[in-house]
Amino acid sequence: MKYLLLIYSNEADWANVSEAEQDKIFGEYMEFSRAIYKSGHYLAGEALQPIATATTVRSRGGKPLATDGPFAETREQLGGFYMIEAKDLDEAIAIGARIPTARTGCIEVRPIMETPPVT
Amino acid sequence: MDIGGLYKDERPRALATLIRLVGDFDLAEEMLQEAFATALERWPRDGVPANPVAWLVSTARHKAIDRLRRAASLDAKRFEVAARTPAAWCPEPDLDEEPLTDDRLRLIFTCCHPALAPEAQVALTLKTLCGLSVDEIARAFLVPAPTMAQRLIRAKGKIRLARIPYEVPAADRLAERLSGVLRVVYLVFNEGYAPTGGSGSLRPDLCVEAIRLARHVHALLPGESEAAGLLALLLLQDSRRAARFDRSGDLVSLEEQDRTLWDPDEIAEGSRLAERALRSGRAGFYGLQAAIAAIHAQAVRPGDTDWRQIAILYALLLRAHPSPVVALNHAAAVGMAEGPERGLALLDGLERSGDLARFHLLPAAKADLLRRLGRSAEAAIAYREALRIVGNDVERRYLERRLQEVSRAPGTSG
Repeated sequence: MKYLLLIYSNEADWANVSEAEQDKIFGEYMEFSRAIYKSGHYLAGEALQPIATATTVRSRGGKPLATDGPFAETREQLGGFYMIEAKDLDEAIAIGARIPTARTGCIEVRPIMETPPVT
Repeated sequence: MDIGGLYKDERPRALATLIRLVGDFDLAEEMLQEAFATALERWPRDGVPANPVAWLVSTARHKAIDRLRRAASLDAKRFEVAARTPAAWCPEPDLDEEPLTDDRLRLIFTCCHPALAPEAQVALTLKTLCGLSVDEIARAFLVPAPTMAQRLIRAKGKIRLARIPYEVPAADRLAERLSGVLRVVYLVFNEGYAPTGGSGSLRPDLCVEAIRLARHVHALLPGESEAAGLLALLLLQDSRRAARFDRSGDLVSLEEQDRTLWDPDEIAEGSRLAERALRSGRAGFYGLQAAIAAIHAQAVRPGDTDWRQIAILYALLLRAHPSPVVALNHAAAVGMAEGPERGLALLDGLERSGDLARFHLLPAAKADLLRRLGRSAEAAIAYREALRIVGNDVERRYLERRLQEVSRAPGTSG
């Protein structure tokens, strides 16, 4: 079964992390990605540009309306994600807990809805 | 032949196995209900089968397969995908060989999974493992029945859609997950023993269910010291049920209770379990509290209470599981063992920390020690403070009575 692991953290805190510490965390992410790729759990994963680059778009009455920023102001922002294959929620939780940001931010574990394939 | 009684007793076991086989709580519950309807029709005529649980499970399973087959052919038409064979979802059970008790343990761990909201864990446990109806659970927790029904639907939906596993956790996770299960059982008991709000004084049915659950968990995991500790604690607390309230429904303090009303069987069983947990050297949160309750239970008169032992056990509990409430109890026990002044000194520290600012038992404990010292005026102030923040009517009446006592006592003006 597929799960999306959404990585949330406080961007303002990240700005205060030293460069050496940032390098170390990037290294941990590389290591984590390689590990879940090797174990067969990895399906996809990306890091996102900061929230300041976000645009929200709505379509009302056929007219797209784009606005600056995210949909809602929150203390922690979405910073990246992994899509994984796991046998059940417990395995997905165990993998999510190994994401480096789990120590400082939090990981939302969301099951992917099964839908008919797009052809 | 009491088919209804048999069904009530055996339903949790049958349901636990059926959920594993069909992989869905709602389908399992519904099909088991239908299987029971069939049993009501056939058993009076043909006699009760040798293994009624196996019969119910296998009949319900066949009904589930029929249902899934119909649904699959509908899905196949709708989504133009090949229908899966129901057998893949619904493996043939080997009811003679597989111990059914294992399924009940799976069910307990699934209902108490940390990914479910705590109130949903409690509701789901009462529904599936105790067989309480939605109405009964709603009444017990003072919420409208539709709210409780929604809570259960949401929890079962999450189990299915997020795929919460139906299994006993691996050894390395067992202790942590077991503590979640025990917390749910304790919550059920407390809701019956000391309701958090409203005028309702006691709901003994919830205490009975909690003890039944604790007994199951202890029987299924006999090597787990905390499971034994919780069962002991519940038995010992429940042993005082008949003595905790007077005829007008007012709370009677431990000191003033008529100890001849305490249940000797529950005390004997609880004390035995508590002692074993303590001797194992692995007594934890529940085992230590059970040991404390056992010491109280063994005192024939309040004056016989071994407060020194109790203070030592609270100190152990405080070290292993520090919390403001444990610290409060520790201070009260020290007050009894070493004199009220020592207890008051500890309470002062707690008061300064501000952790218990909204907790009525802090000023109540302080008032009690001041009363023992004969400092009635100060005691009255503390009782009034406790009355200001208490939420439960029964405890309010108790505090009011105490306040009247110290107000009448000499030295009030001082």
